[in-house]
Amino acid sequence: MWPEIGHFALILALIVSGVQAPALFIAARASTPGAGDFARRASILVFALVAASFFILMHAYAVSDFSVLNVFENSHTAKPFIYKLTGTWGNHEGSMLLWALVLALFSAMLAIQDRAIPPSLHILTLAVQATIITAFLAFILLTSNPFERFIPSPADGQGLNPLLQDIGLAIHPPFLYLGYVSFSVPFSFAVAALIRGRADAVWARLVRPWALAAWTFLTIGITLGSWWAYYELGWGGWWAWDPVENASFMPWLAGVALIHSVRVVERCDTMKAWAILLAILTFSLSLIGTFLVRSGVLTSVHAFAVDPARGVFILMILIAAIGGSLTLFAMRATVLKPTGAFELVSRETSLILNNLFLIAASATVFVGTFYPLFIDVLSGQKISVGAPYFNIVFTPIAGFTFFVAAIGALLPWKKASLGAAFQRLIYPGAAALAGAVIVAVMVDRHRVIGAVAVALIVWLAGGALVDIASRVKLFRAPFGDVLSRARGLPRAAWGAALAHGGLALFALGAASISLWKSEEIALMNEGDEISVAGYQVTLVSVEDIAGPNYVAERALFNAAKNGNTISLSGERRFYPVRGMQTTEAAIKPQLFGDLYINFGENSGSGWPVRAFFNPLVGLLWWGAAIAVIGGALSISDRGRKPARVRKTTQTTVRPETAPQEAGA
Amino acid sequence: MRRFLVLLPLLLFAGVGVFFAYGLKRDPSNIPSQLINRPLPHFELAAIEGRDEGLASMDFGGEVMLLNVFASWCLSCQIEHPVLMELSRQNAVPIHGLNWKDKPGDGKAWLDRLGNPYTRIGDDWNGRVAIDLGVTGAPETFVIDRNGRVRYKFIGPITPQAWEEELAPLIEELRGQ
Repeated sequence: MWPEIGHFALILALIVSGVQAPALFIAARASTPGAGDFARRASILVFALVAASFFILMHAYAVSDFSVLNVFENSHTAKPFIYKLTGTWGNHEGSMLLWALVLALFSAMLAIQDRAIPPSLHILTLAVQATIITAFLAFILLTSNPFERFIPSPADGQGLNPLLQDIGLAIHPPFLYLGYVSFSVPFSFAVAALIRGRADAVWARLVRPWALAAWTFLTIGITLGSWWAYYELGWGGWWAWDPVENASFMPWLAGVALIHSVRVVERCDTMKAWAILLAILTFSLSLIGTFLVRSGVLTSVHAFAVDPARGVFILMILIAAIGGSLTLFAMRATVLKPTGAFELVSRETSLILNNLFLIAASATVFVGTFYPLFIDVLSGQKISVGAPYFNIVFTPIAGFTFFVAAIGALLPWKKASLGAAFQRLIYPGAAALAGAVIVAVMVDRHRVIGAVAVALIVWLAGGALVDIASRVKLFRAPFGDVLSRARGLPRAAWGAALAHGGLALFALGAASISLWKSEEIALMNEGDEISVAGYQVTLVSVEDIAGPNYVAERALFNAAKNGNTISLSGERRFYPVRGMQTTEAAIKPQLFGDLYINFGENSGSGWPVRAFFNPLVGLLWWGAAIAVIGGALSISDRGRKPARVRKTTQTTVRPETAPQEAGA
Repeated sequence: MRRFLVLLPLLLFAGVGVFFAYGLKRDPSNIPSQLINRPLPHFELAAIEGRDEGLASMDFGGEVMLLNVFASWCLSCQIEHPVLMELSRQNAVPIHGLNWKDKPGDGKAWLDRLGNPYTRIGDDWNGRVAIDLGVTGAPETFVIDRNGRVRYKFIGPITPQAWEEELAPLIEELRGQ
């Protein structure tokens, strides 16, 4: 009976949001009194209903209720309990329900938020949110109902893809969804601003935390995803330019541009149409990402549930959301008039420049991702665009972005003097030069690219450091003074510096792994040795073991360097229920990188062994973590003016009863 | 100028949207096989446990035949299986089976339970022959003409509709050649 209640709750949620959306558009036009209360209650109700439905589905997974088709297809009694729960969103229907849940959650949060927000902007924004929710609930109910019954219920389920039985994979999609869906709020704000014909500093301050939150969640999701790919997929890399990876990376890039351009709107009331366009673009790219995974237009390790009916429905949502908002943009964007101005040498200019670089980067990823589709449609040829294209086209753009980002961080708003900026840029410049020389002499004498990459990375990190150092007057004021200045700095300043610094560390990891990775492949028997990056790697033994729902071969390796021996083990698992194999690579993090070994099937003459040394790969995760902390700090900074105001109760004035709380 | 600039994003999206709409009709996993119009690669496979007759590339030729890749762990194969049973009952076309990466005994148990539509079955326990054939997953079916050449690769379970519309006409045509 529970699944029916869940299904019913979902239908109710669709009805409520389907009524809420047009009602709010009308109410905003007529400035109906009480519309705010209605919007608030309806949003909370929709969230409660979707949440009930989601947790009922999760319950069906927890108790392995195979009379629910979705549970039967994606779960199995032999699965560890935690993966039964995470299996709720490890499939198409459940993941779309999670999407809707997060969307409803954010709408409810937006509905009850206590920051000063013009009522008509608030109601219009909630109206757009309700429209999106309605579309997605309709999609779930019409094409992907997770509560469909399967009677008579079978004794056991069909298991879950064993690749999905991993903690990294179980938790990275929810973070990606949090990121994708958070971008719906800036989108709704943008559409509302176009309808109202107004975007100002208040608007920008409202959008900023959502854009930052979306970016932060997306960063967490993407990092966890590549961490999973690195640990679980066993090919020694962390990023493959797979269509679905790209799908999450495009809104990330556009989101970075959005965060920075919203700052410009906030600070100097210009570039409004651009910021609105970016808000539309980021969410559009998030939707396209969903389309990509759900419709099967491109092949990918991630693409599950290839169903044309779903693809058509999502395409309709895409056309309505993106086409609708862009039509509105074409009609209304010219209404938005800038009031502020800035000079050529200013932080604004550098932000615009970097916005363009970021959009160019996003566009190159877009073109590379969809090129096979374009070619297939135009000529019927099947081609694939691989990492070389992305590395060649994307890397220089990233380099330019780094170069400008450090300058921008050190320029003041509106008007800057070149001389003063130059003085502050001397330190990062000198450090970058030193870094380049060190790399060219000590690490890599043959390729100039390594030196250039390290110089740009040091330059970016140096810019962030000098920014903070000059704000706290490091070395120029007494130490106690410096400390109190550091405490007094706005959290957004720390956030920006940490985000730039984290990005620099991340880039250092990415650059070293792609430039200075060592790799060795050999056919090995027990007792054989190979050497990689100075390590003498011995295959000690291979034995058969049995896990809870798989059987495996476990290989033991010893690696010796400078008299120290470390041992590490990897596995090749076979999951009989799905007939699938997975690998658990043998990984031992060392001071300057990871020793990473995996092995294949013994063909009779030995096990094929691939040993890598991945230098500084840990910086990928640490850099991303620091950037995430920066994002979180910036979110917690509510802007220069505290935007919190007392709620104005316009509803009823009760003359007889004195307000009792007043004295307390 | 500004009027045109604000219209530009919409125009770009319209262009992309057209491609998406067309893209939905195409199946990107349907990669044309490199083996089309080439002779079947040479192989000789033992029989699966509990059966006598294995399968070799020499068994093909003389008449149009199907080579069907199946496994007991493959769910789509179970969906396809009744269609193959029906075809073998009607003597529509000889079907040979390639039992792909199954554990000893599993293939036989599966066939004993569901019935055997295959004339001969080869045991490709380590997937070597499947690699030579460029098999991307199970089930997959190759149409082999009377000269032993691969003429078509069908990916996924054969449905009655796919049989009527794709495979049966092709087989008729090949028989006529």
